[in-house]
Amino acid sequence: MFNHLLSLLIWLPIVGAIPVLLAGSSRPNAARWISLLVAIATFAVSLYLLPQYNASDAAKQMVEDHLWIAGLNVHYALAVDGIAIALILLTTLVGILVIVGAWEVIQVNPHQYMAAMLVLEGLMIGVFCATDALLFYVFFEAMLIPMFILIGVWGGPRRVYATLKFFIYTFFGSIFMLVGLIYLYLKAGTFDLAQLAALPLSMKEQTWLFFAFLIAFAVKVPMVPVHTWLPDAHVEAPTGGSVVLAAVMLKIGGYGFLRFSLPITPDASEAYAWVVIGLSLIAVIYIGYIALVQEDMKKLVAYSSVAHMGFVTLGIFIAFMLVRGNNNLDAAKLGVQGAMVQMISHGFVSGAMFSCIGVLYDRLHTRQIKDYGGVINVMPWFGFFYVLFAMANCGMPGTSGFVGEFQVILASFQANPWIALFAAFTLIISAAYTLYLVKRVLWGDITNSHVAEMKDINGREWFVLGVFAAGTLVLGIWPEPLVHLMDSSVSQLVTQLGNHKI
Amino acid sequence: MELSTSILLTIALAPLVGCLLAGFFGRFIGRAGAHTVTILGVAIACGLSIYVLYQLTAGGAPVYNHNIYTWFEIGQYSAHVGFLIDRLTAMMMVVVTFVSLLVHIYTIGYMHEDPGYQRFFSYISLFTFSMLMLVMSNNFMQLFFGWEAVGLVSYLLIGFWFKRPTAIFANLKAFVVNRVGDFGFLLGIAGVLYFLGTLDYATAFSAAPTLVGKTLQITQNTHWDAATVICIFLFIGAMGKSAQVPLHVWLPDSMEGPTPISALIHAATMVTAGIFMVARMSPLFELSDTALSFVMVIGATGALFTGLIGIVQNDIKRVVAYSTLSQLGYMTVALGVSAYAGAVFHLMTHAFFKALLFLGAGSVIIAMHHEQDMRYMGGLRKYMPITWITMWIGSLALCGVPFFAGFYSKDAIIEAVGESHRWGSNYAYFCVMAGAFVTALYTFRQMYLTFHGKERFTVVHDHSHGHHVEHKDDHGHHEPGIMHQTPHETPWVVTLPLILLAIPSIVVGAFAIKPLLYGEWFGSAIHVNEANNVLGELGKEFHSWVGMALHGFTQLPFLLVLTAFAIQTYIYLFNPSVADRIKNALKPIYNVLNHKYWFDAVYYIVFARGGIALGRALWKGGDTAVIDGVLVDGSAGLVDRIAGGVRRLQSGYLYHYAFAMILGLILLLGGYWLVGQ
Repeated sequence: MFNHLLSLLIWLPIVGAIPVLLAGSSRPNAARWISLLVAIATFAVSLYLLPQYNASDAAKQMVEDHLWIAGLNVHYALAVDGIAIALILLTTLVGILVIVGAWEVIQVNPHQYMAAMLVLEGLMIGVFCATDALLFYVFFEAMLIPMFILIGVWGGPRRVYATLKFFIYTFFGSIFMLVGLIYLYLKAGTFDLAQLAALPLSMKEQTWLFFAFLIAFAVKVPMVPVHTWLPDAHVEAPTGGSVVLAAVMLKIGGYGFLRFSLPITPDASEAYAWVVIGLSLIAVIYIGYIALVQEDMKKLVAYSSVAHMGFVTLGIFIAFMLVRGNNNLDAAKLGVQGAMVQMISHGFVSGAMFSCIGVLYDRLHTRQIKDYGGVINVMPWFGFFYVLFAMANCGMPGTSGFVGEFQVILASFQANPWIALFAAFTLIISAAYTLYLVKRVLWGDITNSHVAEMKDINGREWFVLGVFAAGTLVLGIWPEPLVHLMDSSVSQLVTQLGNHKI
Repeated sequence: MELSTSILLTIALAPLVGCLLAGFFGRFIGRAGAHTVTILGVAIACGLSIYVLYQLTAGGAPVYNHNIYTWFEIGQYSAHVGFLIDRLTAMMMVVVTFVSLLVHIYTIGYMHEDPGYQRFFSYISLFTFSMLMLVMSNNFMQLFFGWEAVGLVSYLLIGFWFKRPTAIFANLKAFVVNRVGDFGFLLGIAGVLYFLGTLDYATAFSAAPTLVGKTLQITQNTHWDAATVICIFLFIGAMGKSAQVPLHVWLPDSMEGPTPISALIHAATMVTAGIFMVARMSPLFELSDTALSFVMVIGATGALFTGLIGIVQNDIKRVVAYSTLSQLGYMTVALGVSAYAGAVFHLMTHAFFKALLFLGAGSVIIAMHHEQDMRYMGGLRKYMPITWITMWIGSLALCGVPFFAGFYSKDAIIEAVGESHRWGSNYAYFCVMAGAFVTALYTFRQMYLTFHGKERFTVVHDHSHGHHVEHKDDHGHHEPGIMHQTPHETPWVVTLPLILLAIPSIVVGAFAIKPLLYGEWFGSAIHVNEANNVLGELGKEFHSWVGMALHGFTQLPFLLVLTAFAIQTYIYLFNPSVADRIKNALKPIYNVLNHKYWFDAVYYIVFARGGIALGRALWKGGDTAVIDGVLVDGSAGLVDRIAGGVRRLQSGYLYHYAFAMILGLILLLGGYWLVGQ
C-alpha cells in the first residue's frame, strides 16, 4: 500500500501551485485550469483516503514519521483519525469550490490568487494531519501567510487594516501556544502529541498551559471577546478568502481544543470548563443580538459564524461536566459529536452564505443591505439557494445546521438545564437575524434600478451553490455516515477525558 | 394483516415528488402539468391513507412501529426516521391528505391568474409532505423535523406574495414567534432524553411512570417536578404552533397568505399540530396535574378572549382567523381536562368546517375581485348560492347547532370541562360557555354582513377595462365598494371542494362521536389515568347521537347560540344602525378589542424595537468601543505612542548621544558609590 498518502495530500496542492504561478498573468486561463485540476486531484486523493481508513479502529492511521530536526527531536509525523478525515474532506471539497467560485471574478493576477489558495489548502490539510506539536505549529502559522496575502492583495478598500488586524491578532494568540509547547518540550523531550497527552502535569502547570492554548485557539475559533478580527477580515477579504476562512480556518481552533487542551491539560480544562462554556453562551446570545443590527451582509454572516462556533466550543467543553461530573460518557460523546458535526455543517453553510454574498457583490459591487431589496424578482434561482442556506443557518431540521446544534443542546441539558436553555436561545435569535436579512435583501418589490438589472446565477455559480446545497442537505437528512466516521475517535477522546493527570 | 412499509413510504413521499416536480420543472411542465403532478401525489397519499385507516379499523392490522433508517447513533443515544401508525396517526393522515387534496383542487380556481402558480403548488405539496412526516413520526427528532418543516412552508406561503410589505412582515413575525415556541419544545425534548434516555415514543412512554418523584434542580434549593417541567416545555411548543395566548399574535397576520393556505395550514392542519402533539404525549401529560392545569387555563383564555376580537373585525378572513384562535383554545382546554380524544375529535370536525369556511371566504373574495372588507359586501346570496349554502353549513357547525358536526365535538368539550375537578376548571368552564355565545355572535355577524341585507357595493360596468385581470398582488388598488363586474358564482373547482367539505361538516360528528369519544377506538394511542377520565364519565350518560342532539336543544350552549342569533338577526337584518350605537356606547371595550389587547403593539416595541436597540447598544458599546476601541486598537495605539515617544530619543545628533552617555556614566558611578557607602 502506498503509505505516503497524507504527504501526497499536503504537498500536491502546494507543489501544484508552482505551475500555476509559472503560467503567469499572461495566461490566466492556463492558471485557472491547472489550479482546478490540482484541486480536483487533491479532492480525489482525499476520497481515495476514505476507504483506506478503518472507522472501527480508534488508533491514528496512515502513520508517517521521519525525524525532521534532530537537535530538537522534531518529527515530520503525520496520521489521521476520523475527526481529521472529516475535516480534510471538507477542506479539499471547499478547495475546488473556491477555485471555481473565483474563475472569472478574480481578474487581477488570477495565477497568484489561485496559487495562494492551493498553498493555503495544503497547509490546512497539514494542520489536520500533523501529530507532532511543532509541525502542527509550523502549519498553523504558515497558514496565515497565504491568507494575509489573499486579504491584503485582493481585498476591499480597508484591506490593509483588516489584514494586519487579522495577522497580528491570530499571531498574538499563537505565541502563547508556542511558549506552552516549549515548556512541554523541556519537560518531556518530545513534541509527539501522544506522548504529551500521557505526560503527567501538576495542576499549576496545566492551568498555565490551558490558558496558553485557550488564547491561541480562542482567537482562531473565534470566541468572544477575541472575535473582533473576524468581521473586519471577512468584510475586506475577497469572496474566496471569506469562504475558506469561515468554512475551514475557523475549524482549526476547534480542532486545536480537541488535540491540545483536552488531552494535555484535562484537569485544568475541567476546572475552567465553565469559562469556555460561559463564553460560548455569550457568543450565542450577545453575538446574536449584534448580528441583528448589522448593515453589511458580510459582517452579519461573520457575526453569525461566531455565534455558531459557540456551539462547537460548548459541545467540546460540556463533555468535561458530563464525564467528570455525571460520569455520563455517552452524553459527552453526544456533545463532542455535536461539536464536530457543527464544524462540518458550518463549513458548508457559512461557505455557502459567503458565496451567495459574493454572487450579489459581483453584480452590484456593494455589500450594504440597504442597497438591495426584491432580489427574488430578478434572481429566482439565487433566491432558492439563499433561502435554503438561510434556513440552514437558523438550524432548520433537514439541513446540516440543525444536527450539531440539536446534539449539543441535548447533551447540555444532561449537564445542566440552564446551559441548554441559554444555548437553545439560538433558535429565536438566529431565526431573527437571518430571516431579517433575507427579508431586506430578497423579498419585497424591486427597490432600485440596479437591482432590476441583476442577472440570475450562471452555470458556474449554480455549480458552487449546488455543491454546498447538496452537502447541507445530505448531512441534514442523513448524518449517520459522518457520525459513524468519527465515532471511535470521539469515543477514545472522551474516554481519555476521564483520566486524571494529578 | 400488517401495514406495509412501502405503502407508508409512498404516502409520505408522493407529495414530496409532486413538490419537486412542480418546483424544479414547473417551467417545463407548465401550469397544467404542475397541478396534475401535485394533485396526483396528494391523491395517492389520500387514497392510501384511507386504505391504511381501513386496515387499522376494519382490517384488524396491528399498530405499526418501525424505524426506516438510523439518523445518528452515539452510544446509548440514537435518533431514527421511522413511522408509528396507530389509529390516531391514521385519522390525522386522512384529515391532512383529504383537506390538502381539496385545497389543491380549489387552488386551480383561486390562483389561476397568478404568475406563481407552479410555485404555489410546489409549496402546498411540500407542506403535505412535512405534515405527514410530523404526524407519522415514531420519535421526537422526526416530530421536530416535521414541526419545523411545516413552519418553513408556512413562512414561504404567508410571504407568497413577496412584493407586499405586509406579507413579508407577517411571515418573518410568524416564523420568529413560532421559534419562541420551538425553543420551549426543543428543551422539552432534551428533558425527555435526559429523564427517559430515549427519543423513541414507545420506549419513552413505557418508561414514563419512572418520572414520578423525579425532580430537576433549578437553583440550589429549588427542585421542580420532572414531568411538569417536561410537559410545560413541550406545551410551549404547542403554544407557538397552535397559536395559544400569548404566542397567538402571528396567526391573524398569517392571513396575508393566499386563502387556500389559510384554510389548509392556518386552520385545518398545521395549527392543530400542537393539539395532536399533546394528545400523542398523553402518557407524559397525565403525570402532571400542574401542567394540565396550565394547558387548560391557557386554552380557556384563548377560547374566550380571542373570540371576542372576532366580533369587531371587518376583514372576512380575519373573522375566520380569530374564530380559529378561539377554536384552538377549545381543543386546548379539552387537552387540559384530560379529554384528549375530545380534543382530537374537535380537531377533526374543525378541520372540515373551518377549511370550508375559509374556502368559502375565498370564494367570496374571488367573486368580489379580491375585496375582503365585509363592509362593502352584503346580499351576495343571490349571486353565489352554493357558496352561501355551504358557508351556512360551516357556520352552523362552528356554532355547535345540534346535529351538525361541531355540535358533537364542542358540546363534548364543554361537558367534559364541567365534569373536571382540576384546578382552574371553573374558570375554563366559564370561558368555554361564554365562548359559545361569542362564537355565535361573530359567525352570524359575518354571514349577515356577507350574504344578507342590502348590497353595499355598486357595479360600474367599465368596458374599456375588458376582462378584469387585476392581479392579486395589487390588492387594495381599487376603490372600495366599486365593482367592475357583477359578482358571480365561482367555477366548479372552487365549489366542488366546498360541497365535499360541507358533507363531513354535517355528518362526521354524529357518525364518529360514539367510537371516538366513548369507545376504545384510539386504543393505546391515547392514555388517560382512570381518575382523570372525564370522557369515561360522560360516556355513561351517552346513549345515541340522536338523543344527544335532541338533549342539546335544551342546554345552555344552544340557548346562548339562539340568543346570539336573535341579536344579530335583529341588528344586521332589521336595524343596522344599532351596531354603530353599541360600538359608540361601549367605546372603551371596542378600543380594547380593536387593538387586540395591545399584544402586537407591546411585542413590537419590546421585542422587535427593543431587540434592535439592544443589539445596537451591544455592538457600539461592547464590540466597537470596548473590545476594538480600548483593547485592540487601544493597545495598538499604546504601542504606537510609546514607540513614538521612544523614537524621539533617536534624534541622530551626536551631542544628544554623548550627553546621554555622560549622564548614564554619572548615574552608574553615582549608583555604585551610593551602594558602596
